[in-house]
Amino acid sequence: MGAKIRILICKPGLDGHDRGAKVVASTLRDAGFEVIYTGLRQSPEMIVRDAIQEDVDAIGLSVHSGAHLTIFRRVTELLAKEGVHHVLVTGGGIIPDQDLPKLVEMGVGRLFRPGTKSEEYIAYLRDEVDRRRREREAAEV
Amino acid sequence: MSASDPRKRWEEEFAKSRLRDDPERFITVSGEEVPAIRGPEDVPIDHDRDLGYPGQFPFTRGIHPTLYRGKLWTMRQFAGFGTARDTNARYKYLLANGQTGLSVAFDLPTLMGYDSDATFAEGEVGKCGVAVASLDDMMVLFDGIPMGEVSTSMTINGPAAVLWAFYIAAAQARGVPSTALRGTVQNDILKEYIAQKEFIFPPHPSMRIITDMMAFGAAEVPQWNTISISGYHIREAGSTAVQELAFTLADGFAYVEAGIAAGMDVDTFAPRLSHFFNSHLDFFEEIAKYRAARRIWAKRMRDKYGAKSPRSWVLRFHTQTAGCSLTEQQPENNIVRTAFQAMAAVLGGTQSLHTNSMDETLALPSEKAVKIALRTQQVLAHETGVPYVMDPLGGSWYVEWLTNRMEEEAEKYFRKIDELGGVIRGIEEGFFQREIARSAYEYQKALEKEERVVVGVNRFKEADEKLEIPLLYIDESAEVEQRKRLAALRARRGDVGGVLSAIRAAARGSANLMVPLIAAAKAGATLGEIVTALKDVFGEYREPAEF
Repeated sequence: MGAKIRILICKPGLDGHDRGAKVVASTLRDAGFEVIYTGLRQSPEMIVRDAIQEDVDAIGLSVHSGAHLTIFRRVTELLAKEGVHHVLVTGGGIIPDQDLPKLVEMGVGRLFRPGTKSEEYIAYLRDEVDRRRREREAAEV
Repeated sequence: MSASDPRKRWEEEFAKSRLRDDPERFITVSGEEVPAIRGPEDVPIDHDRDLGYPGQFPFTRGIHPTLYRGKLWTMRQFAGFGTARDTNARYKYLLANGQTGLSVAFDLPTLMGYDSDATFAEGEVGKCGVAVASLDDMMVLFDGIPMGEVSTSMTINGPAAVLWAFYIAAAQARGVPSTALRGTVQNDILKEYIAQKEFIFPPHPSMRIITDMMAFGAAEVPQWNTISISGYHIREAGSTAVQELAFTLADGFAYVEAGIAAGMDVDTFAPRLSHFFNSHLDFFEEIAKYRAARRIWAKRMRDKYGAKSPRSWVLRFHTQTAGCSLTEQQPENNIVRTAFQAMAAVLGGTQSLHTNSMDETLALPSEKAVKIALRTQQVLAHETGVPYVMDPLGGSWYVEWLTNRMEEEAEKYFRKIDELGGVIRGIEEGFFQREIARSAYEYQKALEKEERVVVGVNRFKEADEKLEIPLLYIDESAEVEQRKRLAALRARRGDVGGVLSAIRAAARGSANLMVPLIAAAKAGATLGEIVTALKDVFGEYREPAEF
């Protein structure tokens, strides 16, 4: 196991339903993650800027408003534009099945919907971040 | 007490008995230990002093002498999606199926005071409600609907004054005078800072807008509820039942105090304050919450604020079943959850009710899902016999004990809020936000430890579950159409600079804001333009990020 996993938890867009984001942030903190929660109404530009400045391993976006396609697309595009390829973009909320293929195509990781047990996303984050760190190290050698 | 005392004997037998072996704890949804039984010795109550027959102070048993025999609750399904035209069709469908009032759900750009063509609106237009950016959109939304007859509730807070101005102007354009309009604007900005988080301006200017609306309503739109003091969102954000009760009523008292401080006689505006509560799954806890709410409100309004009119003492409320109790897994089960919650609301004496649709954790409700939700209310009203009798749980030792407890616990919070220096101070210090976040986290932990069972989620799960209900899908076409409509409006109308300056002038001074807002609506100014004019004077609110 490497260094502590740093994750940025964000509420993008106009939606104010922050219960899920806050519960996940608390759960990850208690599970030993370093959590940066930036609060409401984060634009994709702000999210990507914070991700780079805070040098995070992952970004978790909480979206309940139906704007997930627009938001995930902008965030993944901006990361690519900045040349940031190692940061995992994941998240959760109300995301219909029919949109999942489009999100996968954008390079978004797994998304977690209501009713998910915390052990499930914690395990996913550990495995996926670990895999990406090893890939990055291998590429740097 | 002697050994022959029946209560003592029961306690001894209970203590000796084997209880079922299960991680599930006997706690309410709010995490309170539930006693195995309550008896007469637990509940010292005086019927006439503490409960009162329906229509009698302190209204614990109900606000009206006839309750549902005089008038059934209003069946009011919250609805809105896509463009005004899409939603207008849904309203006509609901009215044709026996719904008795309308309830408008606006999309996020509208809730936040942005036009549909603003950068911030991208991807959000028409997604979780209907887009209404101008008087034109409001006219389309109510096309063919008798605005003088149907009562309309609008869930709008930050820009409530502007949407209300659109509604009043739309009615006037159709020949319906303001005095004939019945309905509600939610307009409860305090709970936005506390829980729902759709605020625009800082708290103090927001309170000024609200007192202007209270004064304008009392004079010009006398049948309109100018605030619906809402606990619903506080509960959805994760609070307990007691927190919902206490924070909502504390907000209500803050509005009453603001009205009095603005120089109004409490009896001129208090009768137009209504309330809005959640109905969660813990059946008795919810019923006790509604009964306690009525009693607390009546006592404070009469004894603390000096209201003389009984209409100021009664707490009228709308209820919505708990969206946060619904599960994505086995969504059909949500019909059953909603039915129990609806029954609790009716046993608690609600004046109107929204029942959630089974598919709400997956998408906005489909026509079929919303029809089943409405039918649930109709079955409850006409088949179960529940509304035939008034306050049937009055005198139940458990329910009366819980009602007393709710009141005592709420009073503790009121004292705490007073110590903090009032509601606005508490908001600025993050007190409410932290209390709610803590309760939400505790709830989630109990769920994960299976101390709390949720059918289909942590027990009675199905492997390879398949979704077998149709879902409503909202595409980007509403955004495209709204952009076109707004471009056409801006090209068609005259100059709006003057009406916007008049709004800024009123905001800087003390003239009632509703007058220039209605004038601006009629001149074709858009929501975003009007809100920007108000922001120029009032500024914007940002909350600190805490979890």
